[in-house]
Amino acid sequence: MIAEAGLAALWFAAALAALQLVLAAAAVARGQEALVGGVRPVAILQGGFAAAAMAALIAVFLASDMSVRVVVENSAAAKPWIYKFAGAWGNHEGSMLLWVTILGLAGGAVAILERRLDARTLIATLGAQAALALGFYAFLLFSSNPFDRVSPAPPDGLGLNPLLQDPGLAFHPPTLYVGYVGISVAFSFAVGALVTGQVGPAFAKAMRPWVLAAWIFLTIGITAGSYWAYYELGWGGWWFWDPVENASLMPWLAATALLHSVTVLATRDGLRAWTVMLAVVAFSMSMIGTFLVRSGILTSVHAFAVDPRRGAFILALLALYIGGALALFGARIGTVRAGTTFEPVSREGGLVINNLLLSVILGVVLIGTLYPLVAASFGVQLSVGPPFFNKAAGPIALALVVVMAAGPLIRWRRDDAGQLTGRLTWPIAATCFAAAALVAFGPIPVLPTIGLSLAAGLAVASILPVIRRHPLRTPLFTWGMVVAHLGIAVSLAGMASDSAFTKETLLAVTVGQPARVGPFTVRLDGIKPVIGEGWSALEARLSATRDDDLTVLRPQSRFFSTPPTSTSESAIATFWDGQLYTVLGQPDANGRWQLRLWWKPFVTLIWLGGALVALGGALSLIGRWRRERRARMRDYWA
Amino acid sequence: MRRWLLPVALIAAPALADPSTPPAALANTQLRDPLREAKAQRLMETLRCLVCQGQSIADSDASIAGDMRALVRQRIAAGESPDAIRRWLIARYGEYVTYDPPLNGATWPLWFAPVVFLVVGVAVARLSFRRRAQ
Repeated sequence: MIAEAGLAALWFAAALAALQLVLAAAAVARGQEALVGGVRPVAILQGGFAAAAMAALIAVFLASDMSVRVVVENSAAAKPWIYKFAGAWGNHEGSMLLWVTILGLAGGAVAILERRLDARTLIATLGAQAALALGFYAFLLFSSNPFDRVSPAPPDGLGLNPLLQDPGLAFHPPTLYVGYVGISVAFSFAVGALVTGQVGPAFAKAMRPWVLAAWIFLTIGITAGSYWAYYELGWGGWWFWDPVENASLMPWLAATALLHSVTVLATRDGLRAWTVMLAVVAFSMSMIGTFLVRSGILTSVHAFAVDPRRGAFILALLALYIGGALALFGARIGTVRAGTTFEPVSREGGLVINNLLLSVILGVVLIGTLYPLVAASFGVQLSVGPPFFNKAAGPIALALVVVMAAGPLIRWRRDDAGQLTGRLTWPIAATCFAAAALVAFGPIPVLPTIGLSLAAGLAVASILPVIRRHPLRTPLFTWGMVVAHLGIAVSLAGMASDSAFTKETLLAVTVGQPARVGPFTVRLDGIKPVIGEGWSALEARLSATRDDDLTVLRPQSRFFSTPPTSTSESAIATFWDGQLYTVLGQPDANGRWQLRLWWKPFVTLIWLGGALVALGGALSLIGRWRRERRARMRDYWA
Repeated sequence: MRRWLLPVALIAAPALADPSTPPAALANTQLRDPLREAKAQRLMETLRCLVCQGQSIADSDASIAGDMRALVRQRIAAGESPDAIRRWLIARYGEYVTYDPPLNGATWPLWFAPVVFLVVGVAVARLSFRRRAQ
């Protein structure tokens, strides 16, 4: 019954999306702006029905309704409730339903909140959002129905992939998707503005908070996903340049570029065509990522059921939307007046270089991700992995760090190169000092040395814009920029430190035998069996000592019964100066246990930096919102 | 100590029932010489685990990854160069095995693309500065 209600809600949502599209198209074509009053409620209702369908799917999972196919295939009655709840999106159909739910809700949110955009562009924007939603509703209803029944219902389900049985499953997919799919609003804004030709500062100011909000969630989602992979996969790696990771990184790169170009459009009315293009590209990257992950052409923990027809369906949607948007761009961009052009040494100039470098990195990640697929279609099997991405994107990213340090210190409109160098004295000094200290302290590889030195310089440079200013009189969005840039410096320092200073010890030990890793002595005290919900495990007790300080770690080797799989659960001890990462492996024939130990100095800075970047985004969003509200109040009283 | 061995054996049954032979010692232990180990580690990070979901042999639990780690460490210990080992593995398993695709007829578009992007990007970015040149 709940399943049928959910399916009905999904059909209603699809029908409302169709209505929304037709209404919007009619309103724009006939210039009936009053119709905005009709389009708004339809968009809100559409989002509501999509959310109701998602709620119904969660309900059948919580009730362990074994007559619903996705529940049978991805859940089991004995699972803890949190994995039944989160398991609703731990499968192909459910995750696509979450995807369209967020698409629908994002459209609803625009309908409720957007007050700055002119009525005609808003209607066109809501029409574009409906067109996007309609295609993905069709995908769900015709090729991935989450409410499909099985008969007869089996007594129990097959269970959830043990790698996904982690509290991270409850937070990571929804957070990432809010960002990943939320960026669709930028796409729809761009399409709306192309239809009406209204590309200018007002459009940029209206679009900015939406981009910023999606970007904050995307940042949190990527950061949390990286930490999840780090502790769950059990080998101490935190970024693998895996196609699925790249699929989330590409929209982030595009959205980051967009955030900066939209500022130029809002402040100086420049980069008009480019900003519209980036908005189209950002969500196109999300759709390409969805295709890569959901079509099954990649093998990954994120790819659930493999069905080539689904891949073809998403590919068709992709071609339709990206092709459509680009065709519209080609046809209409002539009507958008060229924006202002700039002095090379100016804030705008710096932001242009920021966009150039981010776009090149995006291009590198895109070609590296797609190349193996293209080569395979020519019959060549090859792999593109970390060495390529590090070599190709690494130097550009470091150049970007230099631009990031200088950018906020450059004046708008026109600045003097000599004076700018003067303002950069302290950052340059910090960089040189760090480089000298690193070289003197002990030779480490070149790239981490450059990374750490530039991180020091960027950290100093990023706080300069608020130095000698009254902290409360400095606008909140300036603080946002400062915190976000500082976050990049912190994260970069963590990455460089991890790659330069990590100590690794892999060995087989008997109980009682000590091992050394970095400054720690780690002793295996014993192994005991433990039982959890849906799994049993062998748990090691490790005592790690450094300077007489004792820390106990309990890594596990877990065995899941439904489905039968084993995973290693790492145990991580966090100290102010890094993390001790321990994994229990298999026993050998002589009764010795395999241990993997890593001492990772300052590795936590990677995710702390990511959190700071997201916090900076949030401060900026609140700052913009408050300033606007104050301005509205002034207008109201005036 | 014997007392807990039985429950352990029962609980561990799915893992211990694995028919494959125990991995060679070097699959999961390091070389004595830290310089050679570092060299081996750097190489292992760039070799693909052939049966995994996009992992290198340096971070995979699969038994073939263990075999390949043992092979890499043995050959590094015997004084072979990382490039020679990579070439040997490519000859055996194809280019799929390396995450660092060698520059050749099939991969030059990949390796030159970043430079092309940069050049095209600079050309496009210059457009926004055009008025300056006048």
